[in-house]
Amino acid sequence: MNRYPWWKYTILAFALVVGLLYTLPNLYGEAPAVQISSGKATLKIDAGLVPRIEQVLTAATLKADFVQFEGNSVKARFNTTDEQIKAKDAIARALNPDAANPSYIVALNLLSRSPHWLTALHALPMYLGLDLRGGVHFLMQVDMKAALTKKAEASTGDIRTLLRDKNIRHAGISRDGNLVVLRFRDQPTMAQAVKLLNEQLPDLVWTDAPDGAEFRLTGALKPAAAKAVQDGAIKQNITTLHNRVNELGVAEPVIQQQGADRVVVQLPGVQDTAKAKDIIGRTATLEVRLVNASTEALAALSGGGPVPFGSEKYLERDGAPIIVFRQVILTGENLTDAQPGFAGDGQNEPAVHLTLDAKGARIFRDVTRENINKRMAILLFEKGKGEVVTAPVIRSEIGGGRVQISGRMTTSEAADTSLLLRAGSLAAPMEIIEERTIGPTLGAENIAKGFASVGYGFAAIAVFMCSYYLLFGVFSTLALAFNLLLLISVLSMLQATLTLPGIAAIALTLGMAIDSNVLINERVREELRGGATPQAAINTGYERAFATILDSNITTLIAGLALLAFGSGFVRGFAVVHCLGIMTSMFSSVMFSRGLVNLWYGSQKRLKSVSIGQVWRPAGSPPPGVELATGDPAAKT
Amino acid sequence: MEFFRIQRDIPFMRHALVFNIISFVTFALAVFFLVSRGLHLSIEFTGGTVLEVEYTQAANLEKTRAAVDTLGFGEVQVQNFGTSRDVLVRLPVRANVKQSEVAGLVFNTLCAAEGGAVSSKAYTTPAGEQATRPTCATPAGVEPVKLSRTEFVGPAVGDELASDGAKALAFVIIGIMAYLAVRFEWKFSVAAIIANLHDVIIILGFFAYFQWEFSLAVLAAVLAVLGYSVNESVVIFDRIREGFRKFRKLDTPQVIDHAITSTMSRTIITHGSTQMMVLSMLLFGGPTLHYFAVALTIGILFGIYSSVFVAAAIAMWLGVKREDLVKANSKEGDPNDPNAGAVV
Repeated sequence: MNRYPWWKYTILAFALVVGLLYTLPNLYGEAPAVQISSGKATLKIDAGLVPRIEQVLTAATLKADFVQFEGNSVKARFNTTDEQIKAKDAIARALNPDAANPSYIVALNLLSRSPHWLTALHALPMYLGLDLRGGVHFLMQVDMKAALTKKAEASTGDIRTLLRDKNIRHAGISRDGNLVVLRFRDQPTMAQAVKLLNEQLPDLVWTDAPDGAEFRLTGALKPAAAKAVQDGAIKQNITTLHNRVNELGVAEPVIQQQGADRVVVQLPGVQDTAKAKDIIGRTATLEVRLVNASTEALAALSGGGPVPFGSEKYLERDGAPIIVFRQVILTGENLTDAQPGFAGDGQNEPAVHLTLDAKGARIFRDVTRENINKRMAILLFEKGKGEVVTAPVIRSEIGGGRVQISGRMTTSEAADTSLLLRAGSLAAPMEIIEERTIGPTLGAENIAKGFASVGYGFAAIAVFMCSYYLLFGVFSTLALAFNLLLLISVLSMLQATLTLPGIAAIALTLGMAIDSNVLINERVREELRGGATPQAAINTGYERAFATILDSNITTLIAGLALLAFGSGFVRGFAVVHCLGIMTSMFSSVMFSRGLVNLWYGSQKRLKSVSIGQVWRPAGSPPPGVELATGDPAAKT
Repeated sequence: MEFFRIQRDIPFMRHALVFNIISFVTFALAVFFLVSRGLHLSIEFTGGTVLEVEYTQAANLEKTRAAVDTLGFGEVQVQNFGTSRDVLVRLPVRANVKQSEVAGLVFNTLCAAEGGAVSSKAYTTPAGEQATRPTCATPAGVEPVKLSRTEFVGPAVGDELASDGAKALAFVIIGIMAYLAVRFEWKFSVAAIIANLHDVIIILGFFAYFQWEFSLAVLAAVLAVLGYSVNESVVIFDRIREGFRKFRKLDTPQVIDHAITSTMSRTIITHGSTQMMVLSMLLFGGPTLHYFAVALTIGILFGIYSSVFVAAAIAMWLGVKREDLVKANSKEGDPNDPNAGAVV
């Protein structure tokens, strides 16, 4: 009766092993490490940096546990903080010859100490949330209205140019909020304009209305196009934020979109909100200038002479110097978009497609007309220092504001260049609407307190269960421990962030999970009290209790899901762990404890009694071993 | 060891009226306090700025309050938080001040009141991480006041959190009612929700009366308690259903009495165990989890009362009977059988 088939035991054993494996990394603690990431938007880190770092370390007679390339940085782990600091100095000296203009950011960091075989299995420890680690949390709101207004403004300029080029006379163009309003003197001109605009600017939808003696044409952005503008704005802002945050040298920053128009920025370890805000608020600027290819400039390049008056020297991405005129032709404000793609003349060469606004297009056309076969440089300025992103040759006059830059780049370089050009300006202004800083000591205190409460609570429950229900109590406690193990391993597998509300949810889950086992034990006692044989009592107890356990866990799950759906911040952190905990507790309290009971008692054919504590029988009730067909409690007097 | 040596079913339902009157009175009291005193909402719902600072010695709240008042922010709360050296400063949202600057401004003022100046200091944590933080240092090199934590919530975010909380509550109520109506019967579903909402209102009443801070954490605790409380009612209803099936000779109040009596031991032991865990959180969890644990404690204690007695009593008053839960035996006779009823 109380036998589990072998496959159920296999499932339990498998769950136990997996639980142990994935919980282990959390116990290993952290080791000091050095993290090397890119200090410039134009510089990318790849695996080729690893051997270079290893050489530097060997030269400094330092031994790292390992040096590996991960994500977009290289990490090297050491045994002691002493070695870590020495290594940091050595690497910084080797990679950044000019300390005032660092190409790489070398930062101190902490890495998990778990052995390599665990990491290979993707068994990684949980991230600690800000309230356990200390750090800064911002919630930034993107001003979507401004993004749409900017787009409307750009469209207005484009339309003005377009109508003038095609000689369609109008009585005025203006922008009204996010709408473009055109006025015409007669119907046929308006119809002609509408036809042209629908061809050239497909993102706008036009409605016409008579307005006194004139005709008015109102254009609004199509909903799909508006959404595209908003999505693009937020994505571009996130990218810009990523670049900015990299500069801070923060280990494991979190930059995520939240909802339709908000961005969450979390910087663990940073305490100085002022500095963080300053860096995040800043943007890089983009400039387009002409290259100075005169003889004096060439002489300056080869080192023979000084930089000619009215020009400046900058470095290209590959390090070659280039002389550009000081006069700025276009700035990032005139650049509305930059996308990677392929050269349009059918050669399938990677290219970057730029889109300029009307003013930019006009200027660009004039410049390209007058400077054919000369080079033009696009520069990116960060922290006051500039670098040349790309310096193509002007082949022909380019009007219409659509520019294609191709030649000598791979597809990934094209993507990188577009990214850099877009980083030149924020698509829409951002404002901080929520901000939180937690000091590091508070973080460590929170961890200690959280674990203390879970630990003491668990101990108290364990003592009570074992003394009240004896062996069944021991099984229940083991099931509770298995529950905790599974919960932590699932959270580690999901790489969830552990926060203080998460720890509170773990405590609450354990407190609620014991309910299932109490239900079962009480039911078994009741069956024994009623006179059932021990084996039958165990069987009936588990069966009857299961329906109740299912119902009660589902109702708690409904509450947990509501918190998950509508919660944020504290509530969300709590709800995730709560819901997971309910599911693990259903599995562990029913299946695992039954498995243990079956292992212990199942094979004993003539089981006389089970160790479940005292089964008190009211006077006059039937002795054990006699099964009754129906129990009539009225007879229990 | 058996704590519950109950010889026979305790006739609870005889006193159903008394239970319901008591619960109605407590409910009315709670609503009265909610309306008259209102909840002390945290900045997560109202918006505003919170600073937590730690002094080297026991803090002089008056001095701190005077220093902050000079900034002219209006109604400012200054109180101890945890130990006597930790002070919590709470500032409301002000339209003419840039919110994100407020925390820095206040820390500068507090530092100046102690005779120090704020500067940004880089340091390496014992774990080897590099960090910088604004530090207040007197010319003598002492740090009279340290900044532990700041929090700023814009008013829009606050409004959203409040409405999200209300939506979550509505979702839980509807979800639980629907589930119970399907598993048991609508009368049980209504009874369970009335009894357990009563529980929630009582927790809120306590918070209103004592003016404890109602934060997102407390909201999470309240919703968790709602789910947990309904648990209790479910256990009782399950037993009632089983009783209807097994004990054909008993009437409804007697079945209910039997259900409550036989689950009494389980109810008390479970609540006791959960309370042990919550007590541990209350004692060791620190100030952040304090009100969370308080809300849970009240919920667990009152939960026994409301879920067991009140829910069953209301179900009885709504007229629950055996036929609601147990399908009648439909094999009485086939009406189309011409020989039905024939007896030889």
